[in-house]
Formats: sequence, structure tokens, C-alpha cells
Amino acid sequence: MDVNMLQNILLTIATASTPLLLAAIGELVVERSGVLNLGVEGMMVIGAVCGFAGAFITGSPWIGALAGILAGVLLSLLFGFLALSLATNQVATGLSLTLLGIGLSGMIGEDFVGRAGIRLPRLDLPVLSDLPLVGKLLFGQDPLFYVSIALTAAVMWFLFKTRTGLTLRSIGDNHKSAHALGINVLLYRYLAVMFGGACAGLAGAHLSLVYTPQWVENMTAGRGWIALALVVFASWRPWRVIGGAYLFGAVTIGQIHAQALGIPIPSQLMSALPYLATIVVLVLISRDRRLTVINTPASLAQPFVPDR
Amino acid sequence: MRKTLLALAAGIALAATSGGAAFAQDKFKACFVYIGPVTDGGWTQAHDEARQYVEEQLGDEIETAYLENVPEGPDSERAITRMARSGCNIVFTTSFGYMDPTIAVAEKHPDVMFEHATGYKTADNVTNYNARFYEGRYIIGQIAGNISETGTAGYIASFPIPEVVMGINAFLQGARSVDPDFKLKVVWVNSWHDAGKEADAAKALVDQGVDILTQHTDSAAPMQVAEERGIHAFGQAFDQSEAGPTAQKTAILDTWGPYYVKRIKMAMDGTWKGGESTWDGLKDGILTMAPYRNMPDDVKAMAEETEAKIKSGELHPFTGPINKQDGTEWLAEGETAEDGTLLGMDFYVEGVDDTLPN
Repeated sequence: MDVNMLQNILLTIATASTPLLLAAIGELVVERSGVLNLGVEGMMVIGAVCGFAGAFITGSPWIGALAGILAGVLLSLLFGFLALSLATNQVATGLSLTLLGIGLSGMIGEDFVGRAGIRLPRLDLPVLSDLPLVGKLLFGQDPLFYVSIALTAAVMWFLFKTRTGLTLRSIGDNHKSAHALGINVLLYRYLAVMFGGACAGLAGAHLSLVYTPQWVENMTAGRGWIALALVVFASWRPWRVIGGAYLFGAVTIGQIHAQALGIPIPSQLMSALPYLATIVVLVLISRDRRLTVINTPASLAQPFVPDR
Repeated sequence: MRKTLLALAAGIALAATSGGAAFAQDKFKACFVYIGPVTDGGWTQAHDEARQYVEEQLGDEIETAYLENVPEGPDSERAITRMARSGCNIVFTTSFGYMDPTIAVAEKHPDVMFEHATGYKTADNVTNYNARFYEGRYIIGQIAGNISETGTAGYIASFPIPEVVMGINAFLQGARSVDPDFKLKVVWVNSWHDAGKEADAAKALVDQGVDILTQHTDSAAPMQVAEERGIHAFGQAFDQSEAGPTAQKTAILDTWGPYYVKRIKMAMDGTWKGGESTWDGLKDGILTMAPYRNMPDDVKAMAEETEAKIKSGELHPFTGPINKQDGTEWLAEGETAEDGTLLGMDFYVEGVDDTLPN
């Protein structure tokens, strides 16, 4: 294995992990505010189709990415209206959001199937991008890779270093007390849900503008669910989301390489490896029960009605 | 969780279709059950274009209906039952995994005719039909053997069923007919349709030095990777030249339309019989090759000649001597493979660099 190949493998891993990280970091903020939005898959797939459509119609992948974000936000507002304003059951609402997203995206995307997509241009810096081993890895990736890392750092800072972040976490732990203190619980939660929608939409746009620049019905193929699982995996801690997303991506790509090398392990087992690895690590890190309990938002998925 | 969702989705799809299917019961009704979306740009779209061809050809005499995105397994049994009960006279079930559900539903609905694609079981009111995809795979293998510089191709495979194994073997036979040392790397993605996984597999294979990509999955993602990395690829089921204007050398096109028209006409005039198996190939037009492009003229001429020889019956892609992967003899000199062996193929031929999953 030469240096170039190693770099290519790492690049493929980064591309496979980025949409998971984007969607998961958004959902992490949502859940930290005490809301469980199971509609990530639906918002992602809508983001994918609108991202593709935006790029295809205007010719600019950047407008496509914005369209993906906007579509995710719009769908998340629907969830917000039902689950927050009308205090419906969050699990059922989130599930139906996913179904809605998949159906709606199929309808919107009908005219875009099989059309050649437009890729978000990769970063290309003179000299730096051509450095051996790390050049392309650090300075030659698609823009959404940098966005995903920056976003994770920003969320980490926001949640644990700012007053607003502290307020958001307190709402997630006990919305009644927060309400009694005069905090506008619903406003915070709406904003968190919209942020989650924006991230899921962008993650979807990553699929249709970077990962595989085309529109294929149902192209998220369950990645929204994996993002949801990663939030639990990370025990609601942003830096662990990066670890989880890259572990999942690395095992996914690693098993493909192992297969292509002809290593005699049954391919079904190989395909299950990313999931198995994630479960194993989840079990290992949740051995410390106290830490898990501290990190879990205590009012997660409980409906909140201000006048109660 | 995902399974429940799929079931829910299928349920909703069922509810949606049954609403529109309640009129004109006296017309002959032909129904189709699809594994993917009708716009998948591959397998399912080829079947649905054939359905539209049936409507064009038979016009007012018939009506058609279809269910898309029906997962294999128990969900498909519900979907097929729904079709049988909604007044369909003949039901085409178009994925390998619908085989047992089709047989089960057919037993309960003896008045309905069923045709299952790519399987091997039949019954009094069930036939199966298939196309000799391996003929096309042999041709693309031969092209690969000619134009590859690294002498290695990557094969993105879905599930280890006989159909897919047969395709892998045929491709390698074709490639080895011109380059006896040709190598094949196989990656199983365990999905028919996951653009992301297919792209991951394609990138991994290119990173490992293949300069030919071919696939037995349904999306155009590998073609896109081939185009981007400047290597060669072949379209699957459908012309994918928009995704790979220079990468696509040719494509194996499924052309089910004429077969469907023929069978529906037989069903209408009472000559349709259960228990039959149809396995047509290039010569019957159920398979066609997309134009040979982006290759030297002599390679193109060779491909055209091979296609003509397969059509005339002069050449069978599986003609001995061929050994199995473990080196034991499968076909002796001059012997050709029997259809039964091919349809149940559960072994690799010599030279495949992969362990066949069970």
C-alpha cells in the first residue's frame, strides 16, 4: 500500500462519515433541548432532493446546498408545529415525518432521476493541496467536510461554554423548572429543532452534491437512522459524535477494502461490521452508568405544554 | 426500526394503489410488483418501460397496475395478495426474492396467473421467466479483457444468489477468453440499491488498482465514479451514458416489453399454461447491447462478432474446458453448461479472487 492509496482510503472514509456527522450533530442539539425528532431520515432525503434540484436548476451547487438546508428547516418546522405547539407524541410525529419526507422526495425528484448532477468543488490550494499524504486530506476536501468539523466544534463551544447553551441544556433536563424561571421553552426548542433540520438537510445535500452527485429515490438508505443512533452512541457529547461517525465510516470502507483484497470472511458479516463495531463501543462506553445518566437529557421526548 | 418503517411504507403504497384500481373490472388486467422505484434508472425502470410498452401495444384491450418499492420477504406476500385480490388476471413479480411469496399466493388464488422473474420455481398457475444476462456479461468481459491496462476488473455485487454468481463467472470467462491471466475483485454490498454503498465500493476498487468497473446493483453511482476517475465501466440493465459519457463502453439492456406483450396475449386467448420456464437471450431480443463506444475499432469489431456468434448459437459463454475455483473440473473440452446448473450456480469458476458467501 503506497502513500497515495492510503490517502485515497482516508478521503473515502471522510466522505462516507461527513453526512452522518452533519445529521448527528444537528440531532444532538435537538435532543439536548429535550426533543426527540425521529424524522432525521425524512429531513435528510428532502435535503438530498432539494439540494440536487437547486443545483440542477440554477447550475450552482452552492445554491443547491442552501436549498437542501432550507428544505430541512421547512420540514423541521412542520415537526415543530405538531410536536411543540400542539404537543403531539414526538416519536409518532418523527416517524411520520420520515415517511412524509421519503414520499415527498420521490414526488419532487421524479424529473431528476438519472440526470447528471453537479458536484460541489473540492478545495484546491496551490502547493498545500499537493503535499504528500496529508495534502488532499487537510486542504483538498469538499467544503462540507470543513463545515461538519467546524460545526461540531461550534456546537461543543455553544453547549458547554455559553450561557445560552447552558439554558438549552437546562431545558432539556427539566423543562418545568426552566419554564418556572421564565425561560421561553418553546422558543428555544423551536430554534433547536430548526437547527437540527438545517443540519439534516445539509447532510442530505452532501449525498446528492458530493457523495454521489445524482438523485436516486430513497438515496439516504437509512443514514438518518444511523445518525440518530450515533447521538445515543455519543451519549449526547459532540466530540464523541465525531468519533462515532468516523468509526462507522472507517469500518464501512475498511470492510469493502478487505473484500476487494479477497480476505476470506463472509461478506454478510463484513457488511454487518460497522453496526457491530458501533454496538460494541456503545456497550463499552456506557459501562459507567453514572456518566450516562448525567448526560441523558432528562425530559427527552416528553411533551411540554406551557400552562401546565 | 427500519423494517417496521418499510412495512409501513409498503402499507401506505398499497392503500394508495388500491384506491385507483377499482374501475373497469371487465378489462383484462395485468399487474406488476417492483422491488425499486419506477425511476431507478436501472432494473425496475426497465420493467416499467416494458409495462408502458404493453399499454401502447395492447391499448384499450387491457389495463395495467403496479406496486413499486415492495421489499422482499413477508411484505411482498401481502403486496402480491393485494394484487391478486384487486382483480388482476395476471401478475408479474419482478425480483428474485418474490419467488416463495409468489408461489404461496398463487396457491391461494388458483384463478390468477402469475409470472415470476429470475427464479426457478413454478406451479400450476406460476411460470418463471428470465433473460440470459450472462450472454451480455460475457461480451463486456471480453471488452474488459481487451482494454484493461491493469488486467484487473472490479465487480460490485448485490447478493450471492445464482443469478449474480453466474454473471461474475460469465464476465471472467469473457475476459479470460482474451487475457488468460485476467483478475477479478468482487465486493458484495448486500443491497440492490444503495447509491452511497455502491459508490464506496467503486472507489475502494479503483484505489486497489482496477481500471474496469462492472456491477450487479441498480444505481448509476459506480458509473459516476468511473467517469470521475477516468476508468472504464459498463451500464447495468439500463443505458447509463449520461452518468458516464466517456466511461460507459456499452450496457446490457433489459428489453422485457415484447415478452410481456406475448405472454399477456396468450393469457387473454387462453393459451397461457403454468409450470413453464422461459429463458430467452440476445437472439430473442429480451437482451440488447447498447452501442459499443469509447473503444478501439478492433475491440468493437470483436464485441460485435461475439454478439453475433452468441445469437446464432455458435458460441456458448460457458464452453469447456472450465474448472471450478478449487481447480476441479466442471466442464470438459467442448462441453457446454446445462441450463439447470447455471440457474442453480453456487460456485465460482477458476480465477475469481473471492470467497463465495453462503
